[in-house]
Amino acid sequence: MIKIVKRDQPSKAIFFFTPVLAIFLTLVAGGLIFFILGFKPFEALKFFFIIPIADKYGFSELLLKATPLCLIAIGLSFCFKSNNWNIGAEGQLTFGAIVSGGVALLFYEQEGFYILPIVILAGAIGGMLYASIPAILKTYFNTNEILVSLMLVYVSKLILDYLVVGPWSNPEGFNFPETRQFSDSAKLPLLFEGLRIHAGIFLALAAVVISWFVFYKTYLGFQMKVSGFSLKTAKYAGYKGKKMIILVFLISGACAGLAGVGEITGPIGQLHREISPDYGFTAIIVAFLGRLHPVGIIFASLVVAITYLGAETAQIFMQIPKYTGQVFQGMILFFLLASDYLLFFKIKFIGSKK
Amino acid sequence: MHKFLIRSFVSSLVLLFTLTVTAVAKDVKAAFVYIGPTGDHGWTYQHDVGRKAVEAAGFKTTYVEGVPESADAERVLRQLANSGHDVIFTTSFGYMNPTNKVAKEFPNVKFEHATGYKREHPNVSTYAARFYEGRTILGTIAGTMTKSNVIGYVASFPIPEVIRGINSFTLAAQKVNPNIKTKIVWAFTWYDPGKEAEAAKALIDQGADVIAQHTDSTAIVQMAEKAGVYAFGQASDMDKFAPKAVLTSVENNWGPYYVDRVKAVANGTWNQKDTWHGIGDGMVVISDLDSQMPADLRSKVKKLQADLASGKVHSFTGPIYDQKGNLMVAEGKTADDGMLAGMMTYVKGVEGDIPK
Repeated sequence: MIKIVKRDQPSKAIFFFTPVLAIFLTLVAGGLIFFILGFKPFEALKFFFIIPIADKYGFSELLLKATPLCLIAIGLSFCFKSNNWNIGAEGQLTFGAIVSGGVALLFYEQEGFYILPIVILAGAIGGMLYASIPAILKTYFNTNEILVSLMLVYVSKLILDYLVVGPWSNPEGFNFPETRQFSDSAKLPLLFEGLRIHAGIFLALAAVVISWFVFYKTYLGFQMKVSGFSLKTAKYAGYKGKKMIILVFLISGACAGLAGVGEITGPIGQLHREISPDYGFTAIIVAFLGRLHPVGIIFASLVVAITYLGAETAQIFMQIPKYTGQVFQGMILFFLLASDYLLFFKIKFIGSKK
Repeated sequence: MHKFLIRSFVSSLVLLFTLTVTAVAKDVKAAFVYIGPTGDHGWTYQHDVGRKAVEAAGFKTTYVEGVPESADAERVLRQLANSGHDVIFTTSFGYMNPTNKVAKEFPNVKFEHATGYKREHPNVSTYAARFYEGRTILGTIAGTMTKSNVIGYVASFPIPEVIRGINSFTLAAQKVNPNIKTKIVWAFTWYDPGKEAEAAKALIDQGADVIAQHTDSTAIVQMAEKAGVYAFGQASDMDKFAPKAVLTSVENNWGPYYVDRVKAVANGTWNQKDTWHGIGDGMVVISDLDSQMPADLRSKVKKLQADLASGKVHSFTGPIYDQKGNLMVAEGKTADDGMLAGMMTYVKGVEGDIPK
């Protein structure tokens, strides 16, 4: 007989074990789906998870893909840890890209070492500005940050549409919805000849280190943790809640904005309508899969990044519909949330002895 | 152990056999990169019909659907170029820069980019269809069938391709009915059933009783069916989605071009080109004409279709005036391709301004 017993305390070991379990279950369920669709499960999984990163180029593409996911997820973890549900990282990414792209266009056909830092900074500021809207509305007007931040995603995309169709569109581009290409001085340097991996990865790594330091070594980190456990306790302890809320939103917005900068000044090199395949939303999965822990997020961003690459490879070589990539992302989150049950409950097998 | 040996022997024999067979047959492989799902019943669906024609001609094909125009396009292209594909068709405007970038690194692979204008390397060709010829037909039908003299038009993006379509449609409608007005709603999307349906609804509310579209979903014809007004299918024959509303469709027929180009690669005769084919070359096809249209209109349309195909009639024949009354094309002249390619002004009779 099986009996479910509530745990006295959430298990620390299980806390880090469930993400691994979720990935494992996703692989099993994924294999099953491939089988039902009529593909050989192991071969399909191989094309999904191994072939895409089997060579140097593939591996660099994995890092390229993981960079924005990691950066945004780190930012989100500041919010999520402190009970602030910023769902609008995609909007902050877009707005950051708009501001930094605008600055990059100002420096069109100009060269200079100072251009790139200004462009990067502009992106971070853009993301912060955009994240400050839900933060200020939450702290001073008690609005729901989930709704506000989510709705602002669509607003930012419409602003981007307007700009690339209208005032910022390439004058030599037959009115197609895209801007001019940025000058080389406004682009992130490539790390290796022939690969697309760029200096933006250092921004992500810096975010990882800084967030680890803030989370575990500073008073702010402690405040966030307490607020995460219980807002009432935080209030009782006399923490300045409003300041912290705004601060975590700003950090989160800056990270998302930087991710946007990395895309447009890295592999894309201009502004157009499709600068992000929903990195801002996928990063939410990454943040939770990584347990809001900086190191966990690095691994999680790599795992989720590979679902993007794998979906392409599997379609090219096995004609598996590309949308299975999204199915995998969904399954990872689903199994993670489901297995979180084990955090609070344990399953006891009771022998049939009399 | 010997079981293993036998098995590997047999499998290598099979492999050898398939290798020789494919080497004897046409071993050219074509790849297609799609912006949407193959089941959109619009733009991507028609490209996939074209791909199937290539398969039917005996060539191997690969496709990747739903490839965003973000940084991902370049990786997909490179992967295709790297995995033994000889010609790659990139079927959305946003793939223009990635296509040229990857083409530079793979000079032996041919690239065919739909609807773009950049051919930066000798292995890049571009192709597009003269959809505006189809819209001349639709305009003729709309101008005849409307009772309210208000025609709705759901447009995607203010680029020359779309402006040209609106103009050609309006000119043809004016020819049969000088009182008509074309009302435009810009949906700012190529494919978004929700937005498209809303746009159609807004036009119907403003009195439009015929709706034309330059977006790809079937939402507009379905909305027209519900409201009891006429509509035209876009990209594929949409009659089955709205049998009462759809009078005819303008189909994108890429198959012949695709087969032609893949064969050229196989024969070693592929060369860089900028192709712009219309009704005459069969890239633009008019679906069956609905029986709700009067017989004389149907025969008129058939004749117009033949004249457009033979070149006897041109969609942009002067005199053509812009909205402000300035002469765009003089009497007896036709607009040249340069003018068509950069067309960014409305002709007289179109309401509103082009979004800037």
